[in-house]
Amino acid sequence: MTHENFEPKLVGFLCTWCSYTGADLAGTARMDYAPNMRVIRVMCSGRVDPQFVLKAFKEGADGVLISGCHPGDCHYQEGNYKALRRHRLLSKLLEQLGIEKERFRLEWVSAAEGAKFQKVCNEFTEEIRNMGPLNLNGGIHEQAKA
Amino acid sequence: MSKQKPKVAFYWCASCGGCEEAVVDLAEDILKVVEAVDIVFWPVALDFKKSDVEAMEDGSIAVSFINGAVRLSEQEEMVKLLRQKSQLVVAFGSCSHLGGIPGLGNFWNKESIFRRAYETTPSTDNPDKTVPLEQTEVDGKVLTLPKFYDTVYALHQVIDVDYYLPGCAPPKDLIMNAVGAILEGKLPPRGSVLSPNKSLCDDCDRNDSKPEKLSITEIKRPWEVIIDAEKCFLAQGIICMGPATRTGCGERCIEANMPCRGCFGPTDQVFDQGAKFLSAIASILDTDDEKEIEKLVDSIDDPAGTFYRFSLPASILRRKRMETIQ
Amino acid sequence: MVKLTIDGKKVEVEEGTTILQAAEKLEIPIPTLCYHPLLEPYAACRVCMVELKGETCKLVPSCNTKVAEGMEIETKSERAVKARKLNLELIMARAPAAEKVQELAKEMGIEKTRFEIIDPDEKCILCGLCVRTCEEIVGANAISFANRGKDRMVFTPYGEPSEACIGCTACAFFCPTEAITFEDIHKRLVVHEEMELGPSTAVRVPIRQAVPMVPFIDEDSCIHFKTGECKICERVCEKEAINHEMEDEEIEVEVGSIILASGFKSFDASRIPAYGYGRYENVITALEFEKLVNASGPTSGKILMTNGNEPQAVGIVHCVGSRDKKYNEYCSRVCCMYSLKFAHLLKEKTNAEVYDFYIDMRCFGKGYEEFYHRLMKEGTNFIRGRVSEVTDMPLTEKEEGKLIIRVEDTLLGEIRRIPVDMVILATGLEPGIDQNEIAKVFNISCSQDSFFLERHPKLAPVSTFSDGIFLAGACQSPKDIPDTVAQAGAAASQALALADKGTFELEPITAVINEELCAGCQLCVSLCPFTAINYNAEKGISEINDALCKGCGTCVSACPSGASQQKHFRDEQIFAEIEGIFIE
Repeated sequence: MTHENFEPKLVGFLCTWCSYTGADLAGTARMDYAPNMRVIRVMCSGRVDPQFVLKAFKEGADGVLISGCHPGDCHYQEGNYKALRRHRLLSKLLEQLGIEKERFRLEWVSAAEGAKFQKVCNEFTEEIRNMGPLNLNGGIHEQAKA
Repeated sequence: MSKQKPKVAFYWCASCGGCEEAVVDLAEDILKVVEAVDIVFWPVALDFKKSDVEAMEDGSIAVSFINGAVRLSEQEEMVKLLRQKSQLVVAFGSCSHLGGIPGLGNFWNKESIFRRAYETTPSTDNPDKTVPLEQTEVDGKVLTLPKFYDTVYALHQVIDVDYYLPGCAPPKDLIMNAVGAILEGKLPPRGSVLSPNKSLCDDCDRNDSKPEKLSITEIKRPWEVIIDAEKCFLAQGIICMGPATRTGCGERCIEANMPCRGCFGPTDQVFDQGAKFLSAIASILDTDDEKEIEKLVDSIDDPAGTFYRFSLPASILRRKRMETIQ
Repeated sequence: MVKLTIDGKKVEVEEGTTILQAAEKLEIPIPTLCYHPLLEPYAACRVCMVELKGETCKLVPSCNTKVAEGMEIETKSERAVKARKLNLELIMARAPAAEKVQELAKEMGIEKTRFEIIDPDEKCILCGLCVRTCEEIVGANAISFANRGKDRMVFTPYGEPSEACIGCTACAFFCPTEAITFEDIHKRLVVHEEMELGPSTAVRVPIRQAVPMVPFIDEDSCIHFKTGECKICERVCEKEAINHEMEDEEIEVEVGSIILASGFKSFDASRIPAYGYGRYENVITALEFEKLVNASGPTSGKILMTNGNEPQAVGIVHCVGSRDKKYNEYCSRVCCMYSLKFAHLLKEKTNAEVYDFYIDMRCFGKGYEEFYHRLMKEGTNFIRGRVSEVTDMPLTEKEEGKLIIRVEDTLLGEIRRIPVDMVILATGLEPGIDQNEIAKVFNISCSQDSFFLERHPKLAPVSTFSDGIFLAGACQSPKDIPDTVAQAGAAASQALALADKGTFELEPITAVINEELCAGCQLCVSLCPFTAINYNAEKGISEINDALCKGCGTCVSACPSGASQQKHFRDEQIFAEIEGIFIE
């Protein structure tokens, strides 16, 4: 199956201290990366409510990224560990709902890792491009409500 | 009598019938209801036809209590008709409020459900693989059956709903309060759930037994342990949806020493009960080690079915992704 | 108190005072050789003889004779002077090479000793200062007198290197005639060993530019901490400021802001074996050259090789450990300019030919490029290319006994071999070894090269991600002195601005719990790393302390009833954001 003309829509929830700054660094350093990621800034990866992830998929995201500080480096000490726990459980739940775990990533990107952010964006985009669109709303009888 | 009694309708969609039972369970109180209102439509108890309803003037029914989720075209048709004839529509019980237990059908679709129900269950003997069809010709005449949808809907996804009476089934006091409020015209804003907007812990007797730092080191299922009847279920490692579930149920399950399964749905501020509970339970897993986290997560069987037991159709994603259903 | 008269002058001194000390009080000079105020008097040399008048009328050594009531003393009487001279002549015969004795003889008008000289090179006058020092002060008892009469000598037991010797060199320090010297004990080379920035004395200031300028005792070198004796410093310190019993203590100070200025670590040149640092003694680092050329350094600012000669040719190698993917990819910024300074100093202080090996000349600051041009005019040889090797293997006669620098001259396009006498490695700047640990303590980040990460490279280069923590100097990135001073000034003013305000603005992003909605499930309480959430059992709800809440929002996303919300990051706001980004 080829998805050559498919441009994945990705949503990234980035913590303001590490990953958002890392993304900013990628920008100020003029690093070129896939433009598919739409970024939502949160104070901490621990602020990412699983509801946000579901909402992003519902609205049309083909992949969702949560990115925070490396373990042990959280600006709020341990918010990223909460994100890790939630990510693992939510991945399992998403698989039950037919959303492959590859579509929901958790990555640690520090404020210094502009290059890693670039790499993550490129890799994620390519991976989702190969997987194809999510097509989440099939089977729902939209005419149901008058 | 100078003043006409308000007209009331009851209807039953995809549900177990427990909600109808709940009405009957009002016992003597039902007499008060009957005294105050005029029941014009109640298929489970009284013989009315669809045509009787069609004949009514639009808006002539004061209130329709509709229980059950919407799964068939017939149900859709009936609830739309009732909506047209009623001033108020109350979603009665978990299935119409959130999709309920029938809503778990959203992990499947029509095809897979039919295959299971009419072919692969061990007790089925159906060599010709006969399945219900929407149209069947018998002796030159066409028989029709309602359309079976791929997806189960909560009532508000099909028609506008004025109020919600939560619960599987709604408890007696909530029903009586709702009826009283409707009769007296003392109703909260439209769209309200007729139950307090707080989570179950607020009323739970076991809330004070929580340790200072609530954390989970091991997940246990109720049958695996002897449950301490005094202690918070979460503190015992048993999944209890109480913190993510609206109160007002009267803690019937808790009193029976069973954890909350979430039939009252989320509070108003929460969009998705399952996701919110997932967030809460994952947050209090007592380890930062990746391997340990994965071990604990593995020990939660069927998180989607557990956290969305009553609310899958009303959740953000509503159903399992169609193309992944085998 | 005791009253006495010396040379007709009356004086009152404490009981137990010696005649020498009393005379000192009257500023009457009496020559001494074996006397030292820190040691017990020994009366060995007997050049301090004075005449005691009165009934007894005898000659006594002034250094160990205690004063008595009514004593009358003549220090310059004929008898006393005669006795001194005779004694000194005897000493002169014993130790003719002792300069101090010769000087004293001159002062006393003796031209030559009348006695037989046995060993013309002898310096030891057998004053016993070294033996007494080792016993009384050091407490090591490593040396003592051996034999008697003309065979008497200072000796270690059996003439073997003494195991009791702790190598403190105190004996050499006290020896008045240089009969015992540093070199004798250590057999060391004078110049380059001293260039180490390491200890010179046990009591010292850490560095010459130290602030505050307060000396400390280096326990590893201090005699007292080895033998329990000495404490000379304590005895001579008039302010009584020295206390050997003092121990290191941890002090807690409450502050409103912190400026991190933990500096850098110099690149360890021995990590590049090809440059020969540590193998060839005339390959030195920039810091060592800096010490060598310093007027208060070990050679008083003379640029000398280990053999004590001035170098004829010097090579300066740039970018040692910098701009090199194997070590540090970044440019250390300061090396080009200090290398140029070195080249200039070499030209100024020596006649050496100076070779400067550079990759790119980075003269970025005010007046820097001009300085480079001046150096070119001064005749420094600039060779563009990275040095591949420093070797002592000569290929030609010209290279014999030299260090040869191999380099590809990229301007000429050929490999060259430049023979020099001294190589200076322009070592780069590296982050401190415990940089990451410090970052953890202060809850700040490090950039990929492990220097502290500033809040924003352009807009907030002084502050960090932790409020109230500021950066100054090379701990943030390699930088020269003007840049460091500028950044430090900025950091200080930011810290002062905070202190001046007296109040601190909290980020308005804290979490709030809606009392109406909270069911008191307490799940959030255990999630807060700042213990900002408390369960109010009376109200049956959880409450957030605004001052403690840092606004991470972890509790908000975990709140199963949606009672907790984060200001400016409310669920609805983020939902709206998500919806917004999908609008085509």
